[in-house]
Amino acid sequence: MDKPHPKRKRSRQRRDVALMVTCLADLMRPSVGFSAIRLLERAGCRVTVPEQQTCCGQPAYNSGEVDAAVPVARAVIEAFEPFDYVVVPSGSCAGMLNHHYPALFEGEWHERALALSAKTWELTRFLTEVARLPAPRHKPLESAVTYHDSCAGLRELGVHQQPRQLLQEQCGVQVSELSQNQVCCGFGGTFCARMPDISAKMADDKLDNALATGAAVVAGGDLGCLLHLAGRARRRGLALEFRHVAELLAGDPRGPGIGEGRE
Amino acid sequence: MKLASNEFLQAASAALQEQDKAQRRTIIGQFLPLARDAAASAYGDFDGLRAHMKRVRRHTTAHLSHYLEQFEEAAVQHGNQVHFVANAEQLNSKVLSICQAHSARRVAKGKSMVTEETGLNELLLKAGLDVLETDLGEYIIQQAGETPSHIVGPALHKSLAEIRQLFLDKHKLGDRDLDTVSEVVEEARSVLREKFLAADVGIIGANALIAEHGTSMLVTNEGNGDLCANLPPVLIVCTTFERILPRAEDAMALQRLLVRSATGQPQTCYTSFYTGPRREDDVDGPLETHIILLDNKRSDILASDYSEMLDCIRCGACLNHCPIYIGVGGHAYGWVYPGPMGSVLTPLLNSLEQAHQLPNACTSCGRCAEVCPANIPLPDLLRDLRQDESVQQLKPARWRNGLRLHAWLLRHPALYQSLTGWAMSVLGLLGKRRGTFRRLPFAGSWTGQRDFPAPEGGGTFMRQYAARRRRGGKRG
Ligand code: SF4
Repeated sequence: MDKPHPKRKRSRQRRDVALMVTCLADLMRPSVGFSAIRLLERAGCRVTVPEQQTCCGQPAYNSGEVDAAVPVARAVIEAFEPFDYVVVPSGSCAGMLNHHYPALFEGEWHERALALSAKTWELTRFLTEVARLPAPRHKPLESAVTYHDSCAGLRELGVHQQPRQLLQEQCGVQVSELSQNQVCCGFGGTFCARMPDISAKMADDKLDNALATGAAVVAGGDLGCLLHLAGRARRRGLALEFRHVAELLAGDPRGPGIGEGRE
Repeated sequence: MKLASNEFLQAASAALQEQDKAQRRTIIGQFLPLARDAAASAYGDFDGLRAHMKRVRRHTTAHLSHYLEQFEEAAVQHGNQVHFVANAEQLNSKVLSICQAHSARRVAKGKSMVTEETGLNELLLKAGLDVLETDLGEYIIQQAGETPSHIVGPALHKSLAEIRQLFLDKHKLGDRDLDTVSEVVEEARSVLREKFLAADVGIIGANALIAEHGTSMLVTNEGNGDLCANLPPVLIVCTTFERILPRAEDAMALQRLLVRSATGQPQTCYTSFYTGPRREDDVDGPLETHIILLDNKRSDILASDYSEMLDCIRCGACLNHCPIYIGVGGHAYGWVYPGPMGSVLTPLLNSLEQAHQLPNACTSCGRCAEVCPANIPLPDLLRDLRQDESVQQLKPARWRNGLRLHAWLLRHPALYQSLTGWAMSVLGLLGKRRGTFRRLPFAGSWTGQRDFPAPEGGGTFMRQYAARRRRGGKRG
């Protein structure tokens, strides 16, 4: 986002996009947010980051504190409804806006939630189905990459082929597929803390499958899963690198991967 | 069966330690989903069939009393005795009194989850009856003194070696090898055959009740259900009222869904229809037949927000596709029904207080709902139960308060951003070298099993972004 692009499809064709950074990118991995901005701008969008955003309210919602999640959802609707599109670098948060917000309300707020749902996009879907990226300007990736499909993206939004297509087009990598790639990694929001032993076992299965691909990099579209997997991989001493797909696509895997130290 | 669902966490952790069993479960969790997917796609429009069945179910439950009356009338006309019972005790004592009326000594049972639910065997054994499970899986766990770990394959948790040893111990037949699966099965068959012939009463379940004919349908692979139903002079069908369907063709649609979802077969070896006692010209069949329809809180479920759970056809697909079930196995769930369907049913059929851990044994991954032939939105129902858990104040207070405080903070962006901005900068600095924390105050439930990745450094996105905008003035 640092340098404006030299004239690419200006004004009329520029889509007004609000970026929902997501709480995990905000707190734990800001480069995901900056990568998303860069990608969206490259795809010809005008990107705004509404200042009033915090989180979509999923932790409370999924844990059954639904009444506490409702006012959070209202605040998100208010903050994001002025824009043409809302783009989210997470299948799980996008799914929350797409599928679960409308179910939280009746009447006027239900309508507003539906309207927000209709213009909310998970990042890789947006970049393949709405605003296309131009040919890449960065070097192809050299490492072999495997991809973890997060459940909400996969099953609620049908995100599967889109990140693979983008990685192919933008980074020149063919994803080395995980066996059992339909199976959850065991993150599950508060599940991973409420049932840590089961969660760790599920992470281990996923990590073993990742190791079996021989890929050095595990990419994914949801930071929750990636933080959980990276944390477990570090605990086991596994040499795998974890990255959000936006970082790879933006050609910006400069810094350390998730959970890696830096000097 | 004693309810131990609130010990789920401990039982699950123990199960995770059993390497052999865990390994076998992993294989089941790979094989059965593959079989189901292959069968569903070979069928063609499987999802269309699921949607059709859903409409049939909606219609049936909307006219439930009509179809139940129709069923009862037709069944009675064929000479069956139909009994509606409210709870487990009533079912058990009904069965016992039928057995006693015939001075029965030996009972042969086909597989029936309903009688597992009511704990029938225990009562009959206490009353001095000889009760024999005849489904191979049920027979194995009965001999081993265990409970089912899966609703379709009750002994899926046992290895061939364990079963072999069990038979060598239990059957006093002298020297033999039992080295192959077929030898083991052959031995069970020969032991069981004799028992069938000697049984005074047969007990089976039902996969569907057909209202228009007063007929019950049973789907099996072993044919033991038919032997239980046809050889003893008295037959008792123990089932629940939500198995009711209007027409025979609806039962066939159910059968198509059930078999493919359960085992990936296009068809089981046996699909049997029981209409009533032996008629004058019949060469065999029972002399007296009873159909017991259990409620056991199902009327309450029907009237609640969880009514869709009554659409369950007990195929077990949600178990086979659930990574948590596959991870920890059925026994950890602490009652009759495990996996996603069990995590909904166990609290509903008992009480949430006694089983509130189960709805939390879910990552909302959605794989169960994706394959459930009855299109039950299992993750939504589990989330609703977690909501009930919160409303009934069953959730640990620190979780509840923590989540609510977090949600409150989310609605105060300025405060949230300044608190997180500060906290993340500190964590980012502290974790800079190593990249993760092995331990962190208040994060024990995370760091018990995994490192906590340090924030990337440079402060939160919102802070960095605001700073960049101040510097550059560029629209972000
Ligand atoms: S809930 Fe659905 S998938 Fe699970 S056993 Fe019942 S019908 Fe089968």
